Amino acid sequence: MITIKFFASLKTIAEMEEKIIEVSNSISMDQLSEIISKTSPKMGEFIREKKVMISVNEEMADSDTIIHDGDEVAFLPPFSGGS
Amino acid sequence: MSTTTDSKVRIQLENFSVTDEIEVMKKVSRNIGGITTFLGTGRELSKGENITQLNFEHYPKMAEKKLEEIRLKAIKDYGIIDMSIIHRIGPIEIGENIVLIVAVGEHRKETFIACEWAIAELKRTTPIWKRETTSTGEVWVQDTP
Repeated sequence: MITIKFFASLKTIAEMEEKIIEVSNSISMDQLSEIISKTSPKMGEFIREKKVMISVNEEMADSDTIIHDGDEVAFLPPFSGGS
Repeated sequence: MSTTTDSKVRIQLENFSVTDEIEVMKKVSRNIGGITTFLGTGRELSKGENITQLNFEHYPKMAEKKLEEIRLKAIKDYGIIDMSIIHRIGPIEIGENIVLIVAVGEHRKETFIACEWAIAELKRTTPIWKRETTSTGEVWVQDTP
């Protein structure tokens, strides 16, 4: 099971806050973007074109990161904390 | 979301007292000779538009983890005695407190540098997002100076 989270503006683009997918093996970020594209083509495009940052288990990741069963993947738009 | 007041890194819905937070940090060491604070507040004007409300969202756990990393690196790299970082989330009115950084050290110089570095690092690395409400609608802010 992989938990996928979307934050801020990406919740609107993905039309969801969270998605859980079942996997039998580890998957690549490309494979994950294909899965997401099936329900949200625009979000898949954002991932492929690297318009979003990615974290895996609360650490920053990139397109080469392999995702394992039990991981939590989050897609993060540019940060804007502070004042 | 952390709401414990004894933690030096907090993300919380409720407002904070700058005076109380400074007093907490003053008790950390008897060697404190300088304290620098940065207080970020809700600004009305943004890119020529009047903002009526701000709203902050964060990635729970990761955001707290990043703030703690900033705090520990500030202590290690700049030689300050300690630092606290508090960031609010949820709806925030114009003029209200948003973020507070308190850097305490033996001398002023390292606290100024650490405080400025910490707010820049917070904006760069911490998964917190700001949504501005104006008369024309709501927009997620993608870049902040």
